[in-house]
Amino acid sequence: MSGPEQQWRAALTQGRCLLQRAPDGRVIFPPRATAPGTGEPLEWIEASGRGTVYSLSWIHQRPPAPPYHVALIDLEEGARLMSRVEGTTPETLHIGQAVCAVIAGSADGPLLVFRVED
Amino acid sequence: MADRFPRGRAAIAGLATFGVGETPGYSAMELTAAAATRAVADAGLTLADVDALFICQPDDFFAGLSFAEHLGLRPGYTDNNRTGGSAFMSHMAVAALMLDAGYIDCALIAYGSNQRSAGGKLATRITHNQWDAPYAPLFPITSYALAAARHMHDYGTTRAQLAAVALSARGWAQTNEEAFARGPLTLDDCLSARIVSSPLSTRDCCLVTDGAAAIVMTRTDRARDLAKPPVPLLGAAAATWWNAIAQAQDVTVTAAKESGARAMAMAGIGVSDLKLVQLYDAFTINTILFLEDLGFCAKGEGGPFVESGTIAPGGSLAVNTNGGGLSCCHPGMYGLFAIIEAARQIRGEAANQQPGIDVALAHGNGGTLSSQATVIVGSMAAL
Repeated sequence: MSGPEQQWRAALTQGRCLLQRAPDGRVIFPPRATAPGTGEPLEWIEASGRGTVYSLSWIHQRPPAPPYHVALIDLEEGARLMSRVEGTTPETLHIGQAVCAVIAGSADGPLLVFRVED
Repeated sequence: MADRFPRGRAAIAGLATFGVGETPGYSAMELTAAAATRAVADAGLTLADVDALFICQPDDFFAGLSFAEHLGLRPGYTDNNRTGGSAFMSHMAVAALMLDAGYIDCALIAYGSNQRSAGGKLATRITHNQWDAPYAPLFPITSYALAAARHMHDYGTTRAQLAAVALSARGWAQTNEEAFARGPLTLDDCLSARIVSSPLSTRDCCLVTDGAAAIVMTRTDRARDLAKPPVPLLGAAAATWWNAIAQAQDVTVTAAKESGARAMAMAGIGVSDLKLVQLYDAFTINTILFLEDLGFCAKGEGGPFVESGTIAPGGSLAVNTNGGGLSCCHPGMYGLFAIIEAARQIRGEAANQQPGIDVALAHGNGGTLSSQATVIVGSMAAL
């Protein structure tokens, strides 16, 4: 047995992006022990991976390091999370843009990122 | 929520700041203790009168215990809440309830930091949670930047409007000797400043200073006989909706909407009764969001509201009359400095004293727009 966070990470390692759904239909991220506000049990669902950019910020580093960004992504199921949209620039990335999830590798293991939807 | 509050029955009896700006050679606790002893003396009391301590230090998670030890007190109640820069507004709420109940007789609320002299960066061990951290947002600015970016998207708010907040704050600071940043500042300076986390530039950020602050609270009937005019606490409310910015339902709306409405209801006032407010301006977007959420203008109208000069010296609403966190001081958790400026205005002793201030609001922000707490203070005439 393990807690929801460890279960979520284990699924991500297997290439699956999970979300939790409350009995009233709300979809929850990040994973937690019980439904916020009610304490009811949560069930796992598979995320479609589709979402839209809700907000974004470009972080400027000391040159010559290029700026990078973080974005808040609204998933179509209703949850929101922080991530980034790979392969974009300040000119090409916009609030409201449609994106889809990909699981990338990072030094600390698999990482959920997004790319602009074709 | 019942929100039964002992309106006006507890008061600020003494207050002090110490070492605001740059004060090399002092530890954070030494600065805090210096402010605390001055606040106690300002009230005409002695340390031996203090029976409850309230503190929240950036560098000491057991600060309440260290503070008691440093001052040589054996308080019957010690509070070390960690709701960030809004902690002190919550301290006032708890102290007022305990004073009115007769559980304590004299509360000392204090804060201090040497973060400018100690390293020149925001002193905090707090950072983003494990879900956000892999994407390397800067703490805390990126969270505020995400709110600002969405506010711009939804309402057309501009960088010049954000700059108007910084320029208004500087305008007040220029006639406050205690303020750390009093030099000239232009719109062009703001617009051409280096972007840190878009859309926020260095000029959208609060200062990094040293400084300590302390207030002493007693029951108002006792404060009446002490050294300085009492500043009764008329209402106090805190609200927390989330911690991480990604969990906000709408990043342009803060829990100030709730804390402000509740505090004003307790005080029996509305926004039209307020001519002076102190808002925790960690970043320029804060002032805009809090003006909207507290009800001084509609959601989305904060940008034009500040750009028209409303909150600058000479405007119709006196906001952050000490220069705020943007231009007066920001030693890490600014809330208590906002409270002290409001109380000084009520006592008639502020550097930029406004005429006829019988009621004032001080609003604190903690975390990344997360914890919101509002206090309403007044003069004895407001009781």
